[in-house]
Amino acid sequence: MNKQFTPLEFEKSIYQIEDKIEELKKLSSETGINLDDQVKLLTNQAFEFKKQLYSSLTPSQKLQIARHAKRPTFLDYVSLITTDWLELHGDRAGTDDRAIIGGVAQIDGKSVMLIGTQKGRTTKENIEYNFGMPQPEGYRKALRLFYHADRFNLPIITLIDTPGAYPGIKAEQTGQGTAIAVNLREMAKLETPIVSVILGEGCSGGALGLAVSNRVYMFEHSLYTVISPEGCASILWRSADMASTAAENLKITSDDLLQMEIIDGIIKEPLGGAHYDWDFAAAELKNTVLESIDEMSGMSGTELKSDRHEKFRRMGVFIE
Amino acid sequence: MSLRDWFENRRNKQLNADLVESKISGDDLLKLWEKCYNCNTSIPQKELEQNMHVCPKCDYHFRIGARERLEQLLDEDSFEEINSNMLPSDPLDFVDTMRYKTRQVDARKKTNLNEAVVTGIGKISDWEVAVAVMDFAYMGGSMGSVVGEKITRLIEEGIKRKIPIIAVTSSGGARMQESCLSLMQMAKTSCAVARANEQKILYITVLTEPTFGGVTASFGTLGDIIIAEQGARIGFAGRRVIEQTIRQKLPSDFQTAEYLLKYGHVDMVFHRSGLKSTLEKLIRIHAPAKQKVNT
Ligand SMILES: [Zn+2]
Repeated sequence: MNKQFTPLEFEKSIYQIEDKIEELKKLSSETGINLDDQVKLLTNQAFEFKKQLYSSLTPSQKLQIARHAKRPTFLDYVSLITTDWLELHGDRAGTDDRAIIGGVAQIDGKSVMLIGTQKGRTTKENIEYNFGMPQPEGYRKALRLFYHADRFNLPIITLIDTPGAYPGIKAEQTGQGTAIAVNLREMAKLETPIVSVILGEGCSGGALGLAVSNRVYMFEHSLYTVISPEGCASILWRSADMASTAAENLKITSDDLLQMEIIDGIIKEPLGGAHYDWDFAAAELKNTVLESIDEMSGMSGTELKSDRHEKFRRMGVFIE
Repeated sequence: MSLRDWFENRRNKQLNADLVESKISGDDLLKLWEKCYNCNTSIPQKELEQNMHVCPKCDYHFRIGARERLEQLLDEDSFEEINSNMLPSDPLDFVDTMRYKTRQVDARKKTNLNEAVVTGIGKISDWEVAVAVMDFAYMGGSMGSVVGEKITRLIEEGIKRKIPIIAVTSSGGARMQESCLSLMQMAKTSCAVARANEQKILYITVLTEPTFGGVTASFGTLGDIIIAEQGARIGFAGRRVIEQTIRQKLPSDFQTAEYLLKYGHVDMVFHRSGLKSTLEKLIRIHAPAKQKVNT
């Protein structure tokens, strides 16, 4: 592991071991003493320790990885997995919301429509993309692109990373709830394959508004939840300090969601999270979406629609 | 209001006579009055009931339960409930400041309902309709698996019988205690509405105080016609969340039915007393004459 990032709290011990390894290597080259065995032993131990650590993360530790500033964003993946990307702007009603970006491209020569929520890294980007929190106009732009894809038989890939739809005065005036609801209903009517992947945060209706799909996948350290753990804590416990308990109880990890049969699969991340190796994460993403589009290639429009309908029809647990 | 005030100000002599006759205690007497949240007037329960739970002085619409709503909207004795025995489970074993299971028991005791929605088939001025009414008193009318499933089955029943579907909402949003399973109910109910659209079945939603979050962002705002009840607060995000996010004061009429009408999100706003006749008109205008039930 290279030291490109400030370690997260739970990663500190790993960084300490790695410092030690570096020290030994330096000592060896300065003094000429052969320390290869010690270095090798320590490196192996560090690797085992990391594997152990990253496979047993708590939900709030995963949350930190999912929200990591260096985690690849929608546009990063677009540039890593597609060729001939052309962004298609605007809702045709006066707005081009930047929190949701869409366009056409090819992946290994296959034409697709890609739509995703975008987060920024710098202050300027965060303002432009509104921290990945779409306005109603963003959902309406997505809807326009859904219809376009449907017309030209382009499979739709949505990549989701959002803390939720934006809560604001203007968002209420232009109908945030309605915009999301209409997307849920209209996605159900599309006759082209839809594949969704939760990249980082998949919070509430703001995420679902792009995810009424035939196949839904989550990256290993991403989360998918009805409400952000912070929001849940402040409502149910009346204290934002309870966010990690809320994250625990809400069952928001990829393993939880797979167990609840809400998602179809988990996309593996490099050790430590996608930010440590963008190419690795991008290759896994590409394989998953191409495979699942391929699986659906023989299905008719009507079959795709009922496949989607039946998928969501089954969801829910109750006593009767 | 003190008991003496009550005797001095009594407006309903019949009610008073009833009370004297049955020798009801002082505590019970107070329960027979309700104070208007808006104008503070104390109104005898009986008068309030006769006035559809609307303040006779200021027109404030009191929140009402699913049973009362059904009584107000449907023809007498026409309602047949479906899926009434469906009960919530606790798939995540969820605990916040209280166990979810305990909350379910408490809600059931408080409301005498099995869940936050009542669904069934009934008649509005002889027109057969599939109707769902939410009850805010059951865990804030929140939508978990049962609410989602009952709404979906009701829509499917409406499609099967080719009759108009009416959903009366009152909900704080998705039920957090069922986490992502609740979120998926938004998708499930919206998929059902998509099928109703394709079969050209009329779907009307009536948004009542309060309708927020996951219900606003799914079947609530998907009506072919959307009616809002006068004074109801309707929105996606809650007022407090918005205030915390933008750190500015919100307009006083923010997220009211009238505000939504102004911004084009509902077709019409009605006083409670006009709801049934409005629904009847809409059904009549949209349906072929042969659909009317012969009585
Ligand atoms: Zn009043």
